[in-house]
Amino acid sequence: MSAVIDAHHHDDHAHGPAKGITRWLYTTNHKDIGSMYLWFSFIMFLAGGVMALVIRAELFQPGHSFVDPHFFNQMTTMHGLVMVFGAIMPAFVGLANWMLPMMVGAPDMALPRMNNLSFWILPFASLMLISTLFMEGGGPDFGWTMYAPLSTTYAPDSVTFMIFAIHLLGASSIMGAINIIATILNMRAPGMTLMKMPMFVWTWLITAYLLIAVMPVLAGAVTMMLFDIHFGTSFFDAAGGGDPVLFQHIFWFFGHPEVYIMILPAFGIVSHVIPAFSRKRLFGYDSMVYATSSIAFLSFIVWAHHMFTVGMPLAGQLFFMYATMLIAVPTGVKVFNWVSTMWQGSMTFETPMLFALAFVFLFTVGGFSGVMLAIAPADYQYHDTYFVVAHFHYVLVSGALFSIFCAVYYWLPKWTGFMYSEALGKLHFWLSFIGVNVAFFPMHFSGLAGMPRRIPDYALQFANFNAWSTVGAFIFGLSQLVFLYVVIKSIRGGQKATAQVWDGAEGLEWTVPSPAPYHTFSTPPVVK
Amino acid sequence: MSIATRFVPSGLLLFAVVALAVPASASSGWNMTPGVTEISRAIYDLHMLIFWICVAIGVVVFGAMLVSIILHRKSRGVTPATFHESTKLEIVWTLVPLGILIGMAIPATTVLVQMYDSGGEDMVVEVRGYQWRWQYKYLDDDLNEQISFFSNLSTPREQIRGQSEKGENYLLEVDNPLVIPINRKVRFLLTSNDVIHAWWVPDFALKRDAIPGFINEMWTIVEEPGIYRGQCAELCGIDHGFMPIVVYALPEDEYDAWYAEQLQLARVEDQLMERDWSEAELLARGEKVYGTHCVGCHQADGQGVPPVFPALAGNAMMTGDFDTHMEVVYHGRAGTAMQAFGPVLSPLDMASVMNYQRHAFGDAGSSKRAEAVKPKDIVSFAAAQ
Repeated sequence: MSAVIDAHHHDDHAHGPAKGITRWLYTTNHKDIGSMYLWFSFIMFLAGGVMALVIRAELFQPGHSFVDPHFFNQMTTMHGLVMVFGAIMPAFVGLANWMLPMMVGAPDMALPRMNNLSFWILPFASLMLISTLFMEGGGPDFGWTMYAPLSTTYAPDSVTFMIFAIHLLGASSIMGAINIIATILNMRAPGMTLMKMPMFVWTWLITAYLLIAVMPVLAGAVTMMLFDIHFGTSFFDAAGGGDPVLFQHIFWFFGHPEVYIMILPAFGIVSHVIPAFSRKRLFGYDSMVYATSSIAFLSFIVWAHHMFTVGMPLAGQLFFMYATMLIAVPTGVKVFNWVSTMWQGSMTFETPMLFALAFVFLFTVGGFSGVMLAIAPADYQYHDTYFVVAHFHYVLVSGALFSIFCAVYYWLPKWTGFMYSEALGKLHFWLSFIGVNVAFFPMHFSGLAGMPRRIPDYALQFANFNAWSTVGAFIFGLSQLVFLYVVIKSIRGGQKATAQVWDGAEGLEWTVPSPAPYHTFSTPPVVK
Repeated sequence: MSIATRFVPSGLLLFAVVALAVPASASSGWNMTPGVTEISRAIYDLHMLIFWICVAIGVVVFGAMLVSIILHRKSRGVTPATFHESTKLEIVWTLVPLGILIGMAIPATTVLVQMYDSGGEDMVVEVRGYQWRWQYKYLDDDLNEQISFFSNLSTPREQIRGQSEKGENYLLEVDNPLVIPINRKVRFLLTSNDVIHAWWVPDFALKRDAIPGFINEMWTIVEEPGIYRGQCAELCGIDHGFMPIVVYALPEDEYDAWYAEQLQLARVEDQLMERDWSEAELLARGEKVYGTHCVGCHQADGQGVPPVFPALAGNAMMTGDFDTHMEVVYHGRAGTAMQAFGPVLSPLDMASVMNYQRHAFGDAGSSKRAEAVKPKDIVSFAAAQ
């Protein structure tokens, strides 16, 4: 029996990657698809970044400078949509594709053809999304939150294409999530019980459930928009008996779990990197798993804290305030566990560790402003100001995005077989760290001083903060070219990486050679 | 080695900025304003309380991180410890934060309950959001409208375009400010005519969405006379950044005098209707109305921003018959940004602006000029609806 299986695997090894473009079009290999996801997300990251720089250039000083308010609104909208659906989410799916099978000792994802489909939907959906900018009447200009009726009755015609693009992106995400769940639940190596799974696997398992739960809700919300626009319904049109606030409830029922979709895998990554470079096991593995699950559960019952100003009844405000504050507990547990992992370790500070430390530090800063925002009465002053912009960029840029950089530096030698340039990696880190803080820290001040978000021009007292934010944004944006250079350099060559790569790293992915062969774990390893 | 030494100062520096700069310069525009009402001060205190709790937690957490980074590093030759779990610690750092959160929730609940106590008001003002201006209606005890006016951005376009120096209150100035008395409980009813807006004056700590089809409420008692400025806080379209709020809070007697004067002016306005208006008078008045209500979309030169906002210049409607023109102005165009001005403009203003539009963008100078539309025509049109 086993001889038959071995012979079959031997056949597999004979297949290398196909040659030419068809390798990428037809591939069902999780490593190829993972690479495509990562490159795609990086391209979208640059596209969304250029939009951010347009925004920051316009806001460098008061007055009309480069773009008119209509285009400015399109930029804020598309920047949000592109970064969320094009950059951060696909990057995490890319990391999942590359790493999950190797971490659980599986030969590939459970559903390889669907994997191919879920990737190849993305470029077309994104092209459709971005093409709206060139349509008559301009692209979506109502913010990535798409509040009706600005996004329905008052929207440019291109909104229909945006809706279809979101449907496609959502379908891709759901397929990706199904694949990830199927892989994790069915294809773990013998002996790898749930409570022995690496943290990145755990966090992605929970994230995938969140995705399946909420992406259809978003699809429902945009479908109702579509019906209001084209088929005469009045879901969100007060004049027809509809309810504009209903849109916000539906959107944020998707939207709040969505922000955890973008941060839970980050928690997983950091939970690998900090132990590796502290040369000490992750502190409180069990409590990390429970904390992640609690955060996922709470994410479903806090959505209306995005809507404290819509005029909910007192009881509603109180419920959502208390529930939101509760999130600080499991999140705090995670931070304490990371710090305890470092405690009395033997730390070194290679680039992945720098990004992981910056993640813990800056994500916690974003967490603090999150607690402040949770306080409903104070939120009347913070809501829709730059304080909120500062908050969510601290958790999404120096949180989610830094964790992606952290993951790329951590696993890059495993992918390419070569060490990246540590000096350039550190240069990228420090430029990013400085850039992020110069860009986003002053936004706390401009927000508290009273600057609303999504305005193309502002009163004179906000001028200094905005000038700093623009300087920081350009430092941060341009420093990503260093990152691109580091990655390309490492693909082309350099110091050969060992299989272990990092002396403190643990997990099945470090038991295969670097670069990881095209097919790994054709015979499942045994986990003790 | 050098990495950590660089990490330490930048981390500390950033933290020092949070810890020191914010509270030290509370009045210099770095921090939330304490404002001029009891509620706004309560919110400010709450904000500072939560802030300092966060700072204290930050000192502990980041402190522990820094100690680790400095002491527990491989270059110092330390061997890593092997501990990796402690149920006792996990329970401690679940329960302690929970206790701290309860400590935060109690004052927060108190303030929130206070804010929701909106009965017993002395006066009611309806705030209605439009793309992109505010309308204020002073209502009597039976919620009948007494005075009503629009409040538009008054910063000249030249300042925005950088063609002239920006004034002190750049983008935070309006033609007709909201006027309220101090020391009286003013209840605001908020709604919107088109998309969602949000009315926000930081000094009152009032922010509430103005939503079409909904009536939201909030209240304030301003304690100091003064001029207070705010902005729309919910993205509402192209000119979202250009619909500020200015509130004059007057001593009670001055407010009463102002209110009486406004009532008087409103009556005079009604009588103006009865008069016979010459075309020149209508055109002059119409130009002002156009500048208030139409210019945002259709632009001063009538070119609009096609295809979102169609051009009036060269538009067949400007030379066509009055009824079609009146139909569109009165009822708006469903499914577009063109709102119904029937409930917004007085017959006099509507007649004026139609005459102005036709004069400026239609048949000016043409020998076949249609006769001017009169306020009376609007009244009879409205009656027929």
